[in-house]
Amino acid sequence: MTVWQLVIKEITRRKLNFASGLIAVTLAVAVLGGSMTILKLHDLRTGRIVAEKEKETKARMTVLEDDYRKIMKNLGFNLLIFPEGQRLSDFYAEDAVSAYMPETYATRLAEAKIVTIRHLLPTLEEKVRWPETKRTIILIGTRGEVPSLFRDAREPILVAVPKGRAVIGHQLAQDLGLKPGDRITLFGRAFTVSQCNEERGSKDDISLWIDLAQAQEMLNKQGRINAILALKCICAGNELALVRRDVAAVLPGVQVIEQGSKVLTRAEARDRAAREAADAIAAEVHNRRQLRDEQERVSAILVPLVLLVSALWIGLVFYTNVRERRSEIGILRALGARSATILGLFLTKALLMGLIGAVAGYIAGVLVGVSRQGGVIFALLEPRLMLLVLTSAVVLAVAASWVPAYYAAQQDPAEVLREE
Amino acid sequence: MTHLLRLEGVVKTYPKGNLRITALPPVDLTVGPGQFVALQGPSGSGKTTCLLIAGGLLRPDSGQVLVDGQDLYTMPRSRLAAFRARNIGFVFQQYHLIPYLTVFENILAPEAAGGRFGNESRAKALAEQFGLAHRLDHTPAELSSGEKQRTALARALLFSPKLVLADEVTGNLDHQNALGVLRHLRGYVETGGSVLLVTHDREIAAQADRVEYLPTSQTQPLEARQ
Repeated sequence: MTVWQLVIKEITRRKLNFASGLIAVTLAVAVLGGSMTILKLHDLRTGRIVAEKEKETKARMTVLEDDYRKIMKNLGFNLLIFPEGQRLSDFYAEDAVSAYMPETYATRLAEAKIVTIRHLLPTLEEKVRWPETKRTIILIGTRGEVPSLFRDAREPILVAVPKGRAVIGHQLAQDLGLKPGDRITLFGRAFTVSQCNEERGSKDDISLWIDLAQAQEMLNKQGRINAILALKCICAGNELALVRRDVAAVLPGVQVIEQGSKVLTRAEARDRAAREAADAIAAEVHNRRQLRDEQERVSAILVPLVLLVSALWIGLVFYTNVRERRSEIGILRALGARSATILGLFLTKALLMGLIGAVAGYIAGVLVGVSRQGGVIFALLEPRLMLLVLTSAVVLAVAASWVPAYYAAQQDPAEVLREE
Repeated sequence: MTHLLRLEGVVKTYPKGNLRITALPPVDLTVGPGQFVALQGPSGSGKTTCLLIAGGLLRPDSGQVLVDGQDLYTMPRSRLAAFRARNIGFVFQQYHLIPYLTVFENILAPEAAGGRFGNESRAKALAEQFGLAHRLDHTPAELSSGEKQRTALARALLFSPKLVLADEVTGNLDHQNALGVLRHLRGYVETGGSVLLVTHDREIAAQADRVEYLPTSQTQPLEARQ
């Protein structure tokens, strides 16, 4: 007959006393475990909600990005870089070009490593009379993009027009009945129509694009251009002023004009949408945080209160048990039991109460937490929570029973046996 | 003659208000090996106090208690507990059986107290000897008074102690059961054990080898003993 057997027999044959203490431990652990589970599931749910919102925002931003890219492509270029002497009113009203700059400016700009500018297209553009058709057209010489020395190669945003080929604006093509593959003559030179553009509702409809070198030669402007189109694919709206400043630093004798304010507006709208989405996520996180704080505050009051009540309850249960077992304690002492043996008798019982109460309370607490937060049962397998609950339950039961157990161990057996 | 139990000038008093009650007046008492000694005295004379002192459960105010040559009250508490488990058996009028244990488990209870295990066959033999074989799985609540006392006696004898201290063990028993318990005690003495039996019953005391008497206790002013 070991002390352990004695404890087990006492528990199994005096179930009510043990069950009473067990309920106290279970309740305390359930409240502790439940509170922690609720907080944990709250955090998990917050994480899920934020992740979903981020995913939604990302998808929306991808759509916006795509819209942005398409609009940019349709609208043309962000910036136009003109020589200093060019009168802009003339340029806009009549396409009257009065000033030129070296074509090498485009290369200098490319080598200047202005990171936000992704594409540079030097052009020579003049309103001319097409002698063969007796029409006024806008002749544009283009060579495609200036190769960048420092960036990754990307698909060019505007493909160069090869020598001997011409791209025809919509109105011109309609009026002259041109289609790809037709041959035309311009200033006595033969060209093959490589593309007829769709209607754009702008001066582009009466424009004709040919190779830059050929245009320079035809207009007697070898090595000269009158505009550089700077296309900025990736831009935040508020970077424009910086880009202007950077360009001016590289090419001091030029003026930089913003073109395509719609693009800018759209970019800003996109930024605003991104900011609003981020704000919405932050607000959600804030709300969830507030809810969590509230739950934490409730737990901070409830858990210690329940632990205290449970501890008193357990203490009372053990005190009653000690009173009931005075005779048993007395005779065990008479039979040679030491104080430590008597202490062990009660603390072993408390330990068992703590362990069983921990398991029962943990399951109850997690189920309550899961039912309130709508989580999943895998929370049952949270090892840190299990360890915390197990330790708390054992410490609670042993600590609460310590005083009655110590009282039992210190009882004078002679007094007990004489009383009986 | 070598004494198994020897009390020399043992006194026990208790304070009560301004008075000091003498629970046990100076006592000299011896019990030899294989001796059955009865201790008699009027009610309140300190018989039970004397028994508890003799068993190492109650420290006297003065005097010496020797069991098997060992001075009980000079030992540390843990050693005294171990010594008691090995050498002294107790039987009380109120049986002090553990209510949630069966008869068999009660007889084995000293194992939990003394930490010496593997006495199941000895427990069964004692139960057989004391006519409890058919009651092994019963709890104390299901036993008669005689059976309860025989269970308590079997428990006291589990480790074959040298000395059995019995306090009014026949007080709650009818004549036949009382004689039965005395017969068992006598049987134990015949195997070499010693018994100190406290009783107020002259007829029971007459069964012992020797009878010792305690005088009536006295009450004195507290200052008188300080």
